[in-house]
Amino acid sequence: MDTRSLAELGAALAQGETSSVALTEAALARIDALDGGLNSFITVDAEGALREAREADARIARGDAGPLTGIPIAHKDIFCTRGLRTSCGSRMLDGFAPPYDATVVARFREAGAVLIGKTNMDEFAMGSSNENSFYGACANPWDRSRVPGGSSGGSAAAIAGGLVAAATGTDTGGSIRQPAAFCGITGLKPTYGLVSRLGMIAYASSLDQGGPMARSAEDCALLLGAMAAHDPRDSTSVQRPPQDYVGGLQQHSMEGLRIGVPREYFGEGLNNDVAAVIDAALKEFEAMGATLKEISLPRTALSIPAYYVIAPAEASTNLSRYDGVRYGHRCQDPVDLEDLYTRSREEGFGDEVQRRILVGTYALSSGYYDAYYKKAQQVRRLIAGDFATAFESVDIIAGPTTPGVAFKLGAKTSDPTAMYLEDIYTLSVNLAGLPAMSLPAGFSDHLPVGLQLIGQHFDEARLLAAAHQFQLRSDWHRQLPGQEPHP
Amino acid sequence: MSVSGDTIREIAQLARLRVEEDELPALTGNFNAILDLFEQLQAAPTDGVEPMANPLDARQTLRDDVVTESNQRDSLQSTAPLTENGLYLVPRVVD
Repeated sequence: MDTRSLAELGAALAQGETSSVALTEAALARIDALDGGLNSFITVDAEGALREAREADARIARGDAGPLTGIPIAHKDIFCTRGLRTSCGSRMLDGFAPPYDATVVARFREAGAVLIGKTNMDEFAMGSSNENSFYGACANPWDRSRVPGGSSGGSAAAIAGGLVAAATGTDTGGSIRQPAAFCGITGLKPTYGLVSRLGMIAYASSLDQGGPMARSAEDCALLLGAMAAHDPRDSTSVQRPPQDYVGGLQQHSMEGLRIGVPREYFGEGLNNDVAAVIDAALKEFEAMGATLKEISLPRTALSIPAYYVIAPAEASTNLSRYDGVRYGHRCQDPVDLEDLYTRSREEGFGDEVQRRILVGTYALSSGYYDAYYKKAQQVRRLIAGDFATAFESVDIIAGPTTPGVAFKLGAKTSDPTAMYLEDIYTLSVNLAGLPAMSLPAGFSDHLPVGLQLIGQHFDEARLLAAAHQFQLRSDWHRQLPGQEPHP
Repeated sequence: MSVSGDTIREIAQLARLRVEEDELPALTGNFNAILDLFEQLQAAPTDGVEPMANPLDARQTLRDDVVTESNQRDSLQSTAPLTENGLYLVPRVVD
């Protein structure tokens, strides 16, 4: 296990204490030795990684290195990687090697980071447990009988297990924050549009957002700096001046910071131990000079039905492109075009994906559009309005990331609606397009608990600074899973 | 609101998915549980509320109507299951 931060790895490279090839070989050896019990990677690209590591070492020798040059990182398998399998956790794309890189991948390549492999995920990012992957479930390094969270569970488990220092993730309804909470790492879901979605395989286009996952807020700031930029090839990408997120970590004082605490996040369904951990973390912020204020986000409960109408509706249209004609899985010996479509899709998609396509198709069908889809989009505006009202009197909002700690593998697979309730504190952030992050705040029954911080649009710097200041005063993000499962 | 197995079959046809008969009871049960969840939305008064399609209320970004991409047919078709002479092959659709 290598627990060095990105800054520490960068410094070791800059000072010649190690090389990118050595770091990459060590990471490959860790994956080889440890990932059998985790299944956090779908694809490991040893040859490509070592080639990039040699190029990075040459770049460092030329004095042309940036802070990420030479550091091995992993990408969630939702990001297209040129010539390297990009499956999105699905049989549908098992043999797909894209002819281009996602913008996020290209930006990390430009920064000189070494792409070591692609991490496991719920198929097409649909899931809260990483049990919906065609490549098998991923395990939580803290307790291998438990889920790592989904859908970026592979990235979270790879970091928590010490295989890599950092990875990318995507968050449509909490898929960066929830696995970060379950695995005891730090993850940031940026403002919608801050990070390019080009080459990020679409699930629900008005909600999907890529972001960084790492051990600390400081590392997330470094990663976000590499990821965030306007992309003229993504029509949802916003034009903003570049920000120095690392430099900003010290610029936002906690003195006088107004933290809103939504009463709806501390009601029925929240585990008592998780509530106690979050209370303690909030007191720590008070000790740093922040003030706490109880607020209300009255439509929190409605975020679940609104999300589970909107996301499947968008998914049903996005996934219509998988027809067995242009790319992806094609069934054997189709008898006609209809058979080609239906059998390719039935064979290529797993149960949860098919269920969401069906639900989305129903929600968009004639006669039900107004009752479901339009209604959900109206409720979405009300939810966004609740946040806007809250932010008139507070700077950030804090609460639990999840109602409980990581649950047992298989515990909720037969009841999709029970699984959907896991996302109660994360979904509304995506509906409103806000930035939010999860950071380790303590433990319950030897399992990590995540604190969620929510900010106003494009206020990532303040969120990262708040998380960083907390991490300067605590060591929850430095705790490591033991080699033996907890009872 | 609840739906029958027949409705699920119709939706599956629209979505170009095939539902096996032995999967239908469980799928119908899960589907109706999800629809029950959706019914909660009806409790929210939304008269006069504009639907929100983009969380930033951003308008579609348009670009000048000029060619910006080179011809990438060969590389894009390299990932296709079946092609011939630059065309995608599918089962015969006309006699």
